[in-house]
Amino acid sequence: MNNRQVKLMQGNEACVEGALAAGMRFYAGYPITPSTEIAEFCAQRLPLVGGKFIQMEDEIAGMAATIGGSLAGLKSMTATSGPGFSLKQENIGYAALTEVPCVVVDVQRAGPSTGLPTAPSQGDIMQAKWGTHGDHPVIALSPTSVKETFDLTVKAFNLSEKYRTPVFLMLDEIVGHMREKIEIPNPDEIEIFDRVKPKVCDESYRAYRVDEGQIVPPMASFGEGFHFHVTGLMHDDYGFPSNDSGIADKLLRRIMSKISDNVDDIVLFEEEFIEDAEILILAYGCTYRSARSAAKQARAAGLKVGLFKALTIWPFPEKRVKELTKSIKKILVPELNLGQYAEEVERVVKNDAEVYSLGKVNGESITPEEILAKLREVL
Amino acid sequence: MVNQKEIRLSGSGGQGLILGGIILAEAALLDGKNAIQSQSYGPEARGGASKAEVIISDDTIDYPKVEKADLLLALTDKAYHKYIKALKEGGILIIDSNVEVDLTNKAYKIIKIPIIETAAEKIGKSMVANIVALGVIRVVTEVVTEASLERAVLKRVPKGTEELNKAALQQGYLLAEEFKNI
Repeated sequence: MNNRQVKLMQGNEACVEGALAAGMRFYAGYPITPSTEIAEFCAQRLPLVGGKFIQMEDEIAGMAATIGGSLAGLKSMTATSGPGFSLKQENIGYAALTEVPCVVVDVQRAGPSTGLPTAPSQGDIMQAKWGTHGDHPVIALSPTSVKETFDLTVKAFNLSEKYRTPVFLMLDEIVGHMREKIEIPNPDEIEIFDRVKPKVCDESYRAYRVDEGQIVPPMASFGEGFHFHVTGLMHDDYGFPSNDSGIADKLLRRIMSKISDNVDDIVLFEEEFIEDAEILILAYGCTYRSARSAAKQARAAGLKVGLFKALTIWPFPEKRVKELTKSIKKILVPELNLGQYAEEVERVVKNDAEVYSLGKVNGESITPEEILAKLREVL
Repeated sequence: MVNQKEIRLSGSGGQGLILGGIILAEAALLDGKNAIQSQSYGPEARGGASKAEVIISDDTIDYPKVEKADLLLALTDKAYHKYIKALKEGGILIIDSNVEVDLTNKAYKIIKIPIIETAAEKIGKSMVANIVALGVIRVVTEVVTEASLERAVLKRVPKGTEELNKAALQQGYLLAEEFKNI
């Protein structure tokens, strides 16, 4: 029987509902447009389920507290927008190296700097990949609707718990602020992954040792009695700082490969109208909706246009996109930046397909007409 | 695209147009239709141009923004001038009496009525102008049913203001009916 709740819901609210369904019980952050509703809903909802909400003095502290909440054993989240995402970067690197699961939401607005606070953007796509210094693993997801915001928030928590890494949920002002119909899945329909915890608490425990057959070390919560040292310096299996080049190399390669060895498990995408397509529109976030409208109109006009929706932004859905270029020789990438993702597509497809970028940075969304015009120009 | 209505509510920040848009979208959902509500506003809390957009459809809605509006509500002169270009030819303009408009323009149907004045004088609170406007929109377009609109209004307005808002909705219906009879 279908007894799911149907609601008119805002994207930012669906993010909080998804987080709660995934088991989030701690939120720390500093409010900023257009992400503020996430903090507001967390403040309202978390106390009702025995969770904790804390507004910190700034975004840096918000990220630090989020890491602390997770180390103490609670699934933790913070949300921000561009300027705050910049401030959080140092601690994001700390979470990556110390392997602390957490979800960081960036509701993108037009930048750089304080930019256009209330206008949509997809300008932080490369920042999600390279925002913090040093090589580090990255998982970033980007929903195109209110329902997908719910689903991908759950997914973000699951991936962060499974791979012990911060996961970015890249919303934009349009998806975050728009309201549309959502059917909330029942709790028994939602798959949830909880971090693997160590079984035996004795002297044999090493906080950063990966057990046979596991992807990441089991994670004890602070206060449970385990000796658990956490440092942003390179560290050995005990978690103690080390300057040893062998230890450093082994650690960094391990945290990179836990993502690169499991790309198929992490990458999510959807396709439509692919079969006979002569050109592929590859889009994500709010821009995908313009692309779908344009693709339908183009099809009606007899143009052979295919659609690719990248739900996982990082790691890039490299294998599938390469495969598609065997038959599709043109790819159009519309996005609310000046070609950040288009460049990645170019890097991946090399000479197998022509890549066209359609970028916009004036704070307005890309219209289906603009995409149609570009299709006509390049076909 | 046939059964898709694109509506833009515009005025200045603080007039409750985004709430108006939410209520209209909610009413459409209660009617079993698809609806999407989006908004654009400036960084100010009050003043500045504000617009809320609602798309109501029997089908899925891809692009969430209004491209060519079937209906434009304009409560201020600034909003009227800013958004009139995006009104479809043959579309409906519902405009508050305080705004100067060329009534001889045949490009669209113009309904010029005292929405803000009605809210202020008949209800005693100009802040319910958004709800009066929703009543007008319902009668003019029949895009949502009366029962669903009332349910949506009562669901979204602050507790203790239910009767006030129900009265505002009735005044909107009356205003639109009176206009029809001119």
